[in-house]
Amino acid sequence: MDTLIYLILTLLKIVVILVPLLLSVAYLTYLERKVIGYMQVRIGPNRVGPRGWLQPIADFVKLAFKEIIIPTKANRFLFVIAPMLVLAPALAAWAVIPFADGWVLANIDAGLLYILAMTSVGVYGVLIAGWASNSKYALLGTLRSAAQIISYEIAMGFALVGVLMAAGSLNLSAIVSAQSGSLLTWYWLPLLPLFMVYLISGIAETNRAPFDVAEGESEIVAGFHVEYSGLLFAIFFLAEYANMILIAALTVIMFLGGWLSPFQGTFLEAAFAWVPGIFWFLLKISVILFSFLWLRATFPRYRYDQIMRLGWKVFIPITLVWIVVIGIAILAKLPPWFN
Amino acid sequence: MLEQYLPILLFILIGLVMGIILPMLGFFLGKREPDPEKNSPYECGFEAFDDARMKFDVRYYLVAILFIIFDLEIAFLFPWAVVFKDIGLFGFVSMMIFLTILIIGFIYEWKRGALEWE
Repeated sequence: MDTLIYLILTLLKIVVILVPLLLSVAYLTYLERKVIGYMQVRIGPNRVGPRGWLQPIADFVKLAFKEIIIPTKANRFLFVIAPMLVLAPALAAWAVIPFADGWVLANIDAGLLYILAMTSVGVYGVLIAGWASNSKYALLGTLRSAAQIISYEIAMGFALVGVLMAAGSLNLSAIVSAQSGSLLTWYWLPLLPLFMVYLISGIAETNRAPFDVAEGESEIVAGFHVEYSGLLFAIFFLAEYANMILIAALTVIMFLGGWLSPFQGTFLEAAFAWVPGIFWFLLKISVILFSFLWLRATFPRYRYDQIMRLGWKVFIPITLVWIVVIGIAILAKLPPWFN
Repeated sequence: MLEQYLPILLFILIGLVMGIILPMLGFFLGKREPDPEKNSPYECGFEAFDDARMKFDVRYYLVAILFIIFDLEIAFLFPWAVVFKDIGLFGFVSMMIFLTILIIGFIYEWKRGALEWE
C-alpha cells in the first residue's frame, strides 16, 4: 500500500514537472516568433486568439490532423522509434533539475553524470532518424548534425569538469549551494571562459541558429527530419525546444546560482527575502532563453568548417587551459571563491 | 539513496510513453491517402535516383573516433574533479601529466590536419 501511494505521488510530481514544461515549450515557440518578429520590425503571429496567444495550440492541432507520411524506401520501424529516442531523454533529464532549495524530483548524487548521459543519448535519435529516412538530404543533415553535436559535447564536458572542480560534487543542488554568497561568488565569474563556452556549445548542441547548418533550409531543406510530417515531426520540434530550456536551466544551475537570489549579500537581501527561489530560477532561465532567440535574430548562419573549427580548435584549448587555471586557483585557495 | 533512482526510471518510462502516444494520436487523427509520388523520398521534385545511403566523407568517421578519445578523457576527469579538493597537489600533478600526454596527441592530430574542414 505504501509503495502504491509512493508511486502515485511520484507520478503526480512527474506530471507537475512535465505539464508546465510542455506548456513552456509551446509558448517558447510563440515567444520565438514574436521576439524575432519584433526584432525584424514585424508583428509576428497575431491572428489566433488575443495577440496570437492561442497560436501554439492551433499549431499543435494542425500538426495532429496532418497525415504522417512514411516514405516507401524508409526503414519503417526505425523511422517511427527515432522521434521517441529523441524525446524521451530530452524530458527525462528534468528528473534531477532542482527548481528551488529541496524542490527536486530525484536528489541523486550522480545528477550531473545523469544529465551528461541523457543529453548524449539524444544523438542516437538524430542518427537513426536520418538513416531510416533513406533520403539524401536526411542523410547529409544527420551526418552534419551528429558530428556537430559530438564535437561540442567535448567542449561542454570539459566545461562541466571545471564546475565539478569548483563545487566538488556531482549533485546539482550541492552545486547551487556551493555558489551561495553573492552575485560575485556565482561561478560565472571565476569560470567565465567556461561559462561562455558552455553557453555557446549549448546553442550548437541544440542545432540552433547560428549553428543550424544541420537543418539549413536553403541547402538541405530541413536536415535529418525532412521526411517527417505531422505529429512525428512535432516530436522533434518538442524535443529541440525542451532541450533548449534544459540547456538554459543547466547554465543557470551551474554558472548563475540556480535558485539563489541575485541580491544575496547586499543591502537589498532582506527586502527580497520573501521572493521564492523558483522565481529567480525561472527568471534566469527566461533571460538565457531570450538571449538564444536574440542570437538567432542577430547572427547569420556559420559555415560548417567554421563551426568545426570553433568547436575543436578554439573551445577545447580554452577549456583545457581554464581547467589548469582553476586547479591552481583551488590549490592556492583563492578568495572569495575557493577559501 | 538507491530509491532516489526510481523516480528517474519512471520519468524515462513516461518520456518513452509520450513518444509512443503522440505518433499513435497522429496516425489515428491524420488521414491516410497514400500516393506513390507523395511517399517517395524527397528530392527537390526530381524522381529519386540512386540509393540515398551513399558514400560519405571519411572526416565524419574521424570526428567520431576523436570524440571517443576525448569523451573517455572527460570520463576520467569527472571523478578526479569531484575529489580534487581532497587530493590536493599530488592529484593535480598526476592529472597534469595525464593531460600533457593527451595534449601531445591533440597537437599531433591538429598538425596532421585531422581537424581541417576547408
